[in-house]
Amino acid sequence: MAGVTRTPTHLTQGGKTRAGIGESTLRPDGTLKVTGEFAYSSDMWHEDMLWGFTLRSTVAHAEILSIDTAEALATPGVYAVLTYDDLPTGVKNYGLEIQDTPVLAHGKVRHHGEPVALVAADHPETARRAAAKIRIEYRELPVVTDEASATAEGAPLIHENRTDHHIGHVPHPNIVHRQPIIRGNADEAAKRADVIVSGEYVFGMQDQAFLGPESGLAVPGEDGGVDLYVATQWLHSDLRQIAPVLGLPEEKVRMTLSGVGGAFGGREDLSMQIHACLLALRTGKPVKIVYNRFESFFGHVHRHPARLWYEHGATKDGKLTHMKCRIVLDGGAYASASPAVVGNASSLSVGPYVVDDVDIEAIALYSNNPPCGAMRGFGAVQACFAYEAQMDKLAAKLGLDPVAFRQLNAMEQGTLLPTGQPVDSPAPVAELLRRVKAMPLPPEQQWLTAGAGADVRALPGGLSNTTHGEGVVRGIGYAVGIKNVGFSEGFDDYSTARVRMEVIGGEPVATVHTAMAEVGQGGITVHAQIARTELGVQQVTIHPADTQVGSAGSTSASRQTYVTGGAVKHCCEAVREKVLQKGRAKFGTYHPAWATAELLLEGGKVTTDGGEVLADIADVLQDEAIDLELEWRHRPTEAFDLHTGQGNGHVQYSFAAHRAVVEVDTELGLVKVIELAVAQDVGKALNPLSVVGQIQGGTTQGLGVAVMEEIIVDPKTAKVRNPSFTDYLIPTILDTPTIPVDVLELADEHAPYGLRGIGEAPTLSSTPAVLAAIRNATGLELNKTPVRPEHLTGT
Amino acid sequence: MRVTFTVNGRRQEADDVWEGESLLYVLRERMGLPGSKNACEQGECGSCTVRLDGVPVCSCLVAAGQVEGRDVVTVEGLADFARQRAEQGGCAGGVCGTGLDEAKRWAAKPASADAQSGEKAELSPLSPIQQAFIDAGAVQCGFCTPGLLVAADELLERNDSPSDADIREALSGNLCRCTGYEKILDAVRLAAARGESHTSGQGA
Ligand code: FES
Ligand code: FES
Repeated sequence: MAGVTRTPTHLTQGGKTRAGIGESTLRPDGTLKVTGEFAYSSDMWHEDMLWGFTLRSTVAHAEILSIDTAEALATPGVYAVLTYDDLPTGVKNYGLEIQDTPVLAHGKVRHHGEPVALVAADHPETARRAAAKIRIEYRELPVVTDEASATAEGAPLIHENRTDHHIGHVPHPNIVHRQPIIRGNADEAAKRADVIVSGEYVFGMQDQAFLGPESGLAVPGEDGGVDLYVATQWLHSDLRQIAPVLGLPEEKVRMTLSGVGGAFGGREDLSMQIHACLLALRTGKPVKIVYNRFESFFGHVHRHPARLWYEHGATKDGKLTHMKCRIVLDGGAYASASPAVVGNASSLSVGPYVVDDVDIEAIALYSNNPPCGAMRGFGAVQACFAYEAQMDKLAAKLGLDPVAFRQLNAMEQGTLLPTGQPVDSPAPVAELLRRVKAMPLPPEQQWLTAGAGADVRALPGGLSNTTHGEGVVRGIGYAVGIKNVGFSEGFDDYSTARVRMEVIGGEPVATVHTAMAEVGQGGITVHAQIARTELGVQQVTIHPADTQVGSAGSTSASRQTYVTGGAVKHCCEAVREKVLQKGRAKFGTYHPAWATAELLLEGGKVTTDGGEVLADIADVLQDEAIDLELEWRHRPTEAFDLHTGQGNGHVQYSFAAHRAVVEVDTELGLVKVIELAVAQDVGKALNPLSVVGQIQGGTTQGLGVAVMEEIIVDPKTAKVRNPSFTDYLIPTILDTPTIPVDVLELADEHAPYGLRGIGEAPTLSSTPAVLAAIRNATGLELNKTPVRPEHLTGT
Repeated sequence: MRVTFTVNGRRQEADDVWEGESLLYVLRERMGLPGSKNACEQGECGSCTVRLDGVPVCSCLVAAGQVEGRDVVTVEGLADFARQRAEQGGCAGGVCGTGLDEAKRWAAKPASADAQSGEKAELSPLSPIQQAFIDAGAVQCGFCTPGLLVAADELLERNDSPSDADIREALSGNLCRCTGYEKILDAVRLAAARGESHTSGQGA
């Protein structure tokens, strides 16, 4: 695109090492990222571009009586001011499953921070100041903020005229979706229990807090279309939602992934995409929008806060008898991914344990709280927090070791989920617990440094120098979890890859083109490794992800290496077959092995599986290129029955276990996590270095929720109180302990290379392990995240 | 207003700067140096860290007017800055930190014409800390990386053999959401170790 001075680039990696799968190959974008040259979405730049700004509602629930934009529009430097009335005729809402989210508020706002108007100006500050001059008259409405207020008699309906397909089976129109799961007879089984424990657990609202804020650049095209450079998790899902609102056919909305600064689920929904396109099409100029951190807190959905009621029973000898639970997830004002989160929370609510008799219900609410949707762990996180607390309660009541008790009830390959689906790949739950327990413990009182007294930096409170060790107690806690991999419940979860192989400078080289969003997880590294392994080439170029190739599906649900990696493998295999066909045609008469042997591409040559070289790939291809684009699917899944929850809904699972060691200053209620050890089964580590990095990162996000992270919403006004990094805390390097990782590789025979999705599982068990350790240190019950000082000191 | 200052060894001028503009905005949007990142614009995340007369600062909190006549090093200039420092013998001699006069004397080679080209990195080798971040797997999404590199490089300049507690203290103003920090610690340890083997004559 002429004039765009910063755009995503092709990433080429050659080098001398072979760097196929199983090796810790370095990232192809590493050099660009450490030199500051990598073009993130907020770095997109075009000469003559304008800056867009979004005006957001200051109230949570209100009728919009009037909007006056005259003064804003008259501001020098302002090129456009848009409200709902300026939208093209036709589709005015979007949404991942249910199209209930207005592009700009019309008639009503349903949550604090909802977009109401847009401004484009020649300087970001001009746009901001002009937006402040837009006058909106609201008539405030009562807010709905929890289950009681949402389902009370006469409660205001968040969406008055629902027409989505869930409305037929939900008990109240303020409930997005409901999934019961009934298996066996929990009431009967409860009679066999010698001990029964129950509890109510509260999981706070977590934010993805990716560091690269929502941003991008829309450039109007000469054909009336638009080119959009943006950070997202799924280009084609965005495209499907954007094009109808713009009133354009999909071919006229050309999307290219720009550099993504983390995602964690927060980029599954649209943010500024349509807004930037609307402003660009209206002004005829390129428009860039970059959210600041304050706006970012309103610009994406959060993790569902949840209330969970659990009851478990067990016999004297420690076998679980039954489980009953009710999980209420707050979805906020718009549906986003709530229906799927409900499916996950319910189907994974028993955790990695054998329980035959269950009575489960999960619902998601509509409320005037901020919309909630996808975040790493997706419904399984909240359930894991509750069932792991229950496991500790049961073990304590039975006088059993918490790890031994879990191992006694641990699922294995073949165990049925509450949905009746067998887990048909290795499920090393007891083994992961054994491994994490076997890791050496960090030394006691490690703040006592050789002769020099206490190093306060290693104590709770750190540099604020609040203790020198007095009143500090240690605790240890364990947790384990199960997460499904990929999209479930019958979703057609496919991916597309295009692979080109040709000879350049005498060397065979491959280009891999997919629409996969690289959000930092390392998918591009793995794609290059797969191409090298399958095609025997050294140099692989990763084409920028865009909508010129078929959909790759979402970079979420731990699915990308499985599904897009699978597509790249599948496409490479087809390319290899073409190379061999050409080889047979050209050289087949010279050596019988061409017809009889299993042939490979290795080190730029065609070889037999015995290693005999038959030809140079370069001689086979000469100046012909092979270029294929293919789709690839994993095994199909099916929907859960709406009444019994039965169904083969999931395709794969991943398992991680944590041991947390904490020290608590019981006087001030300050917690220091000393160590978080993890054991995880990854099936096959395609890139061991990246695998460990993902596990450590996921663990740290779980730690954050345990001790500091929460979006606080005022229960009276439904306004967000802490939309900043000053008040919403994420772990710093001082808050994060060492994270030793033990990686187990038990292949899943159904998956490419035997791999397992890994990104999410470590986020599940990290939080309950830290909570268990704090309980162990303090003897307190603690049923809410995050644990705050007042919970520990009773003030 | 007009602001004139040195960036990565080159004199730069920015015109029509609005008084409220931050150094971060001027670097990114006016000078075409988007390496410093904007993750919070409120001094909390460290993604925008640059050296101002040798001192690491959050460039989002520095008003553009404050840098008049001063010297700024961004991640884009880090490799040249580190090379220059190494040629002058580093700071192993005792007095660490780059002083104002020193910083002013230092001049980078002109940047290559095509900032997009991956080739540039080959012509201009990375600084030890940059290479260590890649080798240790400390870069995932990489959004925190430029700020961390500037802060970590300054730490190693002051203290060529930092303890883990020293590293944690020095980097506590830089948030990373992806890595869990373990590999960032590894990277700093790696750079320190390579620095040590370098100064003790075993080659880099
Ligand atoms: S952007 Fe400057 S500290 Fe966050
Ligand atoms: S924030 Fe993504 S690598 Fe640090």
